[in-house]
Amino acid sequence: MNLKKTLFASFFIFTFILLESFAESANFQNLIYDKYGVDFHGFTELRLGTRTGTDDHQESESLQDMRLQLEIEKFTDFCTFNLRADFLYDGITGTSDIDLDRATGPVDLREANILFTPVDWMDIKIGRQILTWGTGNMLFINDMFPKDWQAYFSGRDTEYLKAPSDAVFTSIYSSVNLDIAFIPTFDNDRFIDGSRNSFFNENQLVGDDRIIETEIPDRIFTDSETALRLYKNIGGYEIALYYYNGFWKSPAGMNPTNGKMTFPELSVYGMSIRGQVFNGIGNIEIGYYDSENDRDGTDPFKRNSELRYLIGYEREVAKNFTVGLQYYVEHKLDYKNYKQNFPQNKNTLNEMIRQVLTLDLRKQLLNQNLTISCFSYYSPTDNDAYLRPSVSWKATDAWELSAGANIFLGKYEDTFFGQFKNNTNIYISARYGF
Amino acid sequence: MKNLIILLLALSALVSTAELSVQQIVEKANFASYYAGKDGKATVTMTINDKNGQKRIREFVILRKDEKDAGNQKFYVYFKKPFDVRKMAYLVWKHVAIDDDDDRWLWLPDLNLKKRIAPGDKRSSFVGSHFLYEDVSGRNLSEDKHELIETTQTHYLIKNTPVNPNEVEFSYYNIWINKENFLPQKAIYFKKETKKKYRMVEVLEIKDIQGFPTVVKSKASDLETGGFTINTFSDVKYNINLKERIFTERFLRRPPREVR
Repeated sequence: MNLKKTLFASFFIFTFILLESFAESANFQNLIYDKYGVDFHGFTELRLGTRTGTDDHQESESLQDMRLQLEIEKFTDFCTFNLRADFLYDGITGTSDIDLDRATGPVDLREANILFTPVDWMDIKIGRQILTWGTGNMLFINDMFPKDWQAYFSGRDTEYLKAPSDAVFTSIYSSVNLDIAFIPTFDNDRFIDGSRNSFFNENQLVGDDRIIETEIPDRIFTDSETALRLYKNIGGYEIALYYYNGFWKSPAGMNPTNGKMTFPELSVYGMSIRGQVFNGIGNIEIGYYDSENDRDGTDPFKRNSELRYLIGYEREVAKNFTVGLQYYVEHKLDYKNYKQNFPQNKNTLNEMIRQVLTLDLRKQLLNQNLTISCFSYYSPTDNDAYLRPSVSWKATDAWELSAGANIFLGKYEDTFFGQFKNNTNIYISARYGF
Repeated sequence: MKNLIILLLALSALVSTAELSVQQIVEKANFASYYAGKDGKATVTMTINDKNGQKRIREFVILRKDEKDAGNQKFYVYFKKPFDVRKMAYLVWKHVAIDDDDDRWLWLPDLNLKKRIAPGDKRSSFVGSHFLYEDVSGRNLSEDKHELIETTQTHYLIKNTPVNPNEVEFSYYNIWINKENFLPQKAIYFKKETKKKYRMVEVLEIKDIQGFPTVVKSKASDLETGGFTINTFSDVKYNINLKERIFTERFLRRPPREVR
């Protein structure tokens, strides 16, 4: 352990003891509330993970997080302020400068926003915020807000799959409701770049030794994103229409002159419906991905347009035991043009249709203090799978212990989950909340 | 003679109106328990004592609005403690029609996600306590056959046998209903095979709030393990003119003033 690690560990333990003694007395939070009218909360967490196999491109540890999350919230008659930040020591990528977009540094600002109601039928939230919509369970069609796939695949809490957006979010409530998210500068996914998980790039697996280079659209207002949702609840059925204008969220192209990965322009048009079906919840969602710079699919350096859809069903099959099933399809359009213009080794050519089945099993035991779950993805077309078994135990009201794994299986190295085969990992965590 | 018969008939009619039918009693009890005022709010502190003596505390604010008396209702539950459920909100649109499942949503603040919850077994535990979902939102009267077993000076004792025994874990349950205010005072549940009592829900304290007799402390016990949960209700208010729109997605995203 180097000096920085030792220092951070000491700081972490010190803060932890301090917080625990504050929280134990429970006076500290009350004091802050009474004095400033501010809600103060947070948690500390230690999370460690390791690869089960060997990956020539990565260290054997997959996760070494020491995290402190602090949240303050203040309600006034006019508005609500919310600030939530994670202070993180990431033992895998090491210390680096604060980078609030990629969250690679010691600070990951999750939320910093102000919410107000200028008129009775409108809410506006401005600032850094987590945005989500759509009906898929861990599958996203019309939710074009940034995801952190690195966090998801390496065993961080599921919450961290959602990366924050810097946005103006306006909600208009009427007989039909409208949400408008305007993001002045493109917020891309925290995609797999090799720094943490190895992946397939140009005919081989690459990792930490060859982190991919990208050209990210970053001009304020010019490279903006707009997402709309129009929705209504009709007799318990939630119906929504979606529109997105921006860019592919993860690299979906390449600049042929310098070899850098790019984020071509994209619009998405979609709809969803969700409601009760046969004592369970059923949902259907569909999205047309219009790859604006490659409408006819002839440009091999930009991803083709796609049609994506899913159908899902979830039901409590026994007491405290829920099962969810989804069938998801990505259909590459103009496939003939794609195939004809594909420049490289035809073995790495993508299929026209990618199908994914998901199975979500969740069981709660011991007065709902123990949760055993497994979320699985299986693609019959790619011949690969991704399993996320986990166990989480609320030992007390303050302590939560968990363990789990991210298991990648695949026949080939170039499929979506198959490429992460060497990243299969297990993790444990302990969280203390206050 | 003829006059006497008429008099007797008239008297018996009078008596029968004074003596409530069992259906009237359970309807009044249901009304007193779940429909006080046209809307209301309460802060609930649940202390869960498990069989090993370990304590867990849940704190939440509950808002309720009735569509009409003894009809459909909407509930909004906002969690304050413990830390892992803080700021979660739970929305229920309760439908009283027997074949109509309640609509339920859970708001997960960290993901900014409105999750639809599959209509579950209503006889599963509410947030890990010894109270069940059905204790919180009320069991549909038409799901049981009700018999008046005993009438004392102070109470009606009613035996309730499920119409569909396969849907529940009990064989039957007895309820003691207070004759004065019609609040159920105690309920004891009996096991399917052994017919032994295994579960008890009782009222520990009642207060008059705005003219409505209100349960402010209650207890649910697992008689087999010895575990129990105590609910205390504070800051109870009725007829506070809750707006219909509070019970929608908008206020899942943005908790209303009433729950803070």
